[in-house]
Amino acid sequence: MQLQKTSLEHLNTKSKKPKVLWLQAITCNGNTHSFLSANDNRMKLFLNSFDLIYHPSITTHTTIKEILNSKVDIDFLLVEGAITPQKEFFSISGYTPYEIFNKLVKKSKYIIAVGSCASYGGVHAKFEQNNQIKGLSDSLDSQNIYSLAHPVVNLTGCPVHPEWIFQTLFSLKDYGKISLDERGRPKEIYYGLAHHGCTRNEYFEWKIEGHFGKKEGCLFYEQGCRGPMTHSNCNKILWNDVSTKTRAGMPCIGCTEFDFPRDNMLETKKNIGIPAEVPLGISKRAYLSISGVAKTFKIDRLHKKLID
Amino acid sequence: MSAKEEKKNTIIENSLKLFSKNGFYNTTIPDIAKSMKMSVGNMYNYFKSKEELAKYAIKYSTNVLAKELKTINQMDINSKDKVYLFTRKYLESVKKAPEVIEYFLRVYLSNREVFQEGCEGFLCVSEFVTEVMILLDDGASNKEFRQQDFFPAFALIMGALGGFAFLSGEKVLEKDILEYSDAVAENIFRALKYEE
Ligand code: SF4
Ligand code: SF4
Repeated sequence: MQLQKTSLEHLNTKSKKPKVLWLQAITCNGNTHSFLSANDNRMKLFLNSFDLIYHPSITTHTTIKEILNSKVDIDFLLVEGAITPQKEFFSISGYTPYEIFNKLVKKSKYIIAVGSCASYGGVHAKFEQNNQIKGLSDSLDSQNIYSLAHPVVNLTGCPVHPEWIFQTLFSLKDYGKISLDERGRPKEIYYGLAHHGCTRNEYFEWKIEGHFGKKEGCLFYEQGCRGPMTHSNCNKILWNDVSTKTRAGMPCIGCTEFDFPRDNMLETKKNIGIPAEVPLGISKRAYLSISGVAKTFKIDRLHKKLID
Repeated sequence: MSAKEEKKNTIIENSLKLFSKNGFYNTTIPDIAKSMKMSVGNMYNYFKSKEELAKYAIKYSTNVLAKELKTINQMDINSKDKVYLFTRKYLESVKKAPEVIEYFLRVYLSNREVFQEGCEGFLCVSEFVTEVMILLDDGASNKEFRQQDFFPAFALIMGALGGFAFLSGEKVLEKDILEYSDAVAENIFRALKYEE
């Protein structure tokens, strides 16, 4: 993989390729890891089509300070991590994440939150000593809210699938806008549920419980799988082109949702043995009556191991 | 409801009486037809066999209870009051239409072979079981009931109510069955109750 070498001169010469800047605020680096593990061909296409002018984990000729002091326009400001206005907790080149983010916003056309922390604060927002950790939309300086041409795009996920980043960047580059759902996520990516495309759907239908790490069974009843209430397409586009959590035997933990991370994620919260939450769009009464009936059928095939 | 449906229901109501009094095997289709003043041939226009009738009957009788419990579940009252109300409704129906509960206890529970195909598990009683689930789920999520497995909780409610219907059927109760309602409800509620 050949990364674009950038320098201030390069930045100031008019490049036809849209400029992308990746800022890291309060983050575990997970989205960077995910991004750098993208499919080779897709990464090449990205690097040939965009100008990645700055990423803190990749050597570039430009520092963030130089960019701040220059007149360069940024097309896509990608931010990984949550934002706080409090210097005692976090600073980047002498600025709080809030300051640096808003300075960059002024230079940018599009703002893309990469990951659940950048979108809604994520795990960091649970840090009790600092109650001012927020996602990008909630951290925009009020003046900036009005100057932006496009609403903040939330690419939720912990981490984000690299394909979601590419798809969003290419769509915005070619079409200028994308439609977002009520949580600011691109509809095209987040319209379905992680449950769609899961290889365990038949077990779900017949209420057959599975176990962590096993190929057989559904992980909804005991192991806390959030597939039926989590908007994402992981089970359709797959990770590393081959697998997903649920295919590998790990419950979906709902990393693309607003309330991520929840407590006790590997457990199904129940009341008197009845799941506290039921799949999206079905009433509890209807769900319980269907599942009560489904449970009474014993389909031998589904109780056997898939491979003996 | 279509005329055919209505007729079906009257047949079921009649057969419930006969089944619960004489048992499944001692009741024949001609017996039922006779009690309805219908021809045996006509009976078969409504139900293909005695087994089929028996299965419809269990659905019918538990759905009557399911509807009552559903109305109670949807009321804006606490779970304790729901248990009290439901117990009262149940015992009222034992008094008013003893054959419905008797049928459940004496035919459905004792002639399982009749119900094996097509009424497996909760298949024919699912509406009722669902309402009991809703009652328990609401109670536990509001912290009125303690957390426990579903089946012991379910069996506790049904055991207490069914047991009482049995005592009433055996005519061993000293007082009118409804006079016991609050005491039975109290027992059920205490067994389910949330404790700090
Ligand atoms: S494991 Fe999860 S995603 Fe897969 S079928 Fe079960 S509930 Fe749905
Ligand atoms: S399966 Fe669920 S937890 Fe895993 S990445 Fe997809 S949405 Fe997130």
